[in-house]
Amino acid sequence: MDIFKLRKDKFADFLASLGGYKLFAPQKVGESIRFAPVTDAGKVELALANTTVPPKSIFFPQTETLYRYALGNTEMHPPAEGEAGVVLGVRPCDARAQVIVDNLFSWDVDDPYYLERRKKIAVVGLACNKPCVNCFCLSVGGDPASTEGLDLLMTELDDAYLLQPLTEKGEKLSQAVAAVAEAAETGDLDEAEKLHRQAREKINRKVETDGIPQKLPGLWDDALWQNTAASCLGCGICTFLCPTCHCFDIQDEVEGIDGRRCRMWDSCMFKEYTLHASGHNPRPTRRERTRNRINHKYNYFVQKFDVIACVGCGRCISFCPVNIDIVEILRQVKEAR
Amino acid sequence: MCNNANPYVPFTATIEDTWFETVGDRCVKTFKVILDDAAARANWSHQPGQCAMVGLLGVGESMFCISCSPTEGDFLRFSVMRMGKVTQALHELEAGDKITVRGPYGNSFPLEEWKGKHILTIGGGIGQAPLRPIVEYVQAKLDQYAGLTMIYGARTSGDLCFKNEFAEISKNDDLTCHLTIDLAEEGWDYNVGFVPSLLMDVNPSPENTIAITCGPPIMIRFVLENLKKLNFDDAQIYTTLENRMKCGFGKCGRCNVGSLYVCKDGPVFSYATLKDIPEAFA
Repeated sequence: MDIFKLRKDKFADFLASLGGYKLFAPQKVGESIRFAPVTDAGKVELALANTTVPPKSIFFPQTETLYRYALGNTEMHPPAEGEAGVVLGVRPCDARAQVIVDNLFSWDVDDPYYLERRKKIAVVGLACNKPCVNCFCLSVGGDPASTEGLDLLMTELDDAYLLQPLTEKGEKLSQAVAAVAEAAETGDLDEAEKLHRQAREKINRKVETDGIPQKLPGLWDDALWQNTAASCLGCGICTFLCPTCHCFDIQDEVEGIDGRRCRMWDSCMFKEYTLHASGHNPRPTRRERTRNRINHKYNYFVQKFDVIACVGCGRCISFCPVNIDIVEILRQVKEAR
Repeated sequence: MCNNANPYVPFTATIEDTWFETVGDRCVKTFKVILDDAAARANWSHQPGQCAMVGLLGVGESMFCISCSPTEGDFLRFSVMRMGKVTQALHELEAGDKITVRGPYGNSFPLEEWKGKHILTIGGGIGQAPLRPIVEYVQAKLDQYAGLTMIYGARTSGDLCFKNEFAEISKNDDLTCHLTIDLAEEGWDYNVGFVPSLLMDVNPSPENTIAITCGPPIMIRFVLENLKKLNFDDAQIYTTLENRMKCGFGKCGRCNVGSLYVCKDGPVFSYATLKDIPEAFA
């Protein structure tokens, strides 16, 4: 597939060439950076660090309607199918996360809402030239220039972006771009290679994950969970901002006679998550809930799908209000006897 | 498995009959329901042990075990304890009202595998609801099983579900029914005491027998201990687990015990599977 070079001054033209798609890209929304529909190319933020909210929100919205109904009537109407789209500026860790989550949403029973968006929305990645302070993707099978889950990879060069199509969807996008981009030269590819290599070297946080899934069951009653949970506020930010967290609640919302059944992100860090109607709670304290969060990512998910459900994006570390650090937890798991 | 193209969209169903099994604050009401759509009815097939998501538009959905055996006919039964938002709303409903149903979900009791064996059910309170389909199924195919022993208890005689069915069971020689309540009551001619003690009194032989227990967690714990004292192998003991659920097919995440999802890998588990999962009886 042809590799293109897009000069930065042509970036707005590039976005315009994708006019046939619903386009999402990182933008500042309030105090956070998140993927939002692009209405103004000038507002797209590619130079900042990774987004606060991962792009999972595009495929798995924070709240979405499963179907609508009118009270007193039993007809249920799922929403119309969405349009073809492109999500641009996705970091390689987040793209990998989506591939990991695909396992779950296509496991035995297909989730039509999620999988339809996955099919219709192309993913344009942006290699990380400057990893964040808490990035540890290299420890969990990722890479700052990983192409897993991407249709096209962009690498930021000095005054241009290198566009590397990876799939048929990506090839189609790059053809739309051909008019505003030029063919890449060998030197450009070498430059991108060099930036990818330098990025790898800039990742400071590391944990040896080999053996962790096997070791976790033996640490079920370890003091580690109590110690970690002691400072946990149970706010759930680690799960809401996690690109692989996929748990949801289903609730009915009614206004007048118009009702909808919708699903919304939920968190295993909340007590209501597992609370039985009887008042019994199988995970009654933050100790059990913290243990479940780590076990789910590094043990249960591995048993089911043979991949760790953590991509090392570091959001749960960076945004935790009390500095709970998953790398530190994993280190303790690793060192526990 | 889900019968719809969209697994989240339920079937509508009409309540044909309802009655109260027990009285009091946390009373149990049974609903006999028929799916409205003829094709849905024709395609529906469930086995003892499976569950379904029962809901009311505008209120919500909750998971219940299907408390009837497919051998009983072309309908579904749910026995619902009044407890939370959805169950309170369900208790308001009467014959002719509409509910939504999706499912059936989960695995089932391996009744095919158990052919030729003696079946022992040990239930407590509303825990008899998932056991009732076994009792009905084995009764319907009694020539294929070595017999059925039912041990069932509740706090008071008023808390026993499916009472009117016990007389029928007691009539047959291959079926034995042992009932117990926690404290003596006037007019109560059966056992008095807890289910695990009654199990020891009944003293069933583990030979060629499968024991299935369901009830409050504390009862299950002591029943398991006593079954071990009676020399039952782990693989001869079964139970069903319940957890909060939203989807019913392994997506929403919350019903896990260890790496197993109750909605997909369960609700039926052998003790051989569960004994190594520390969270299983949490």
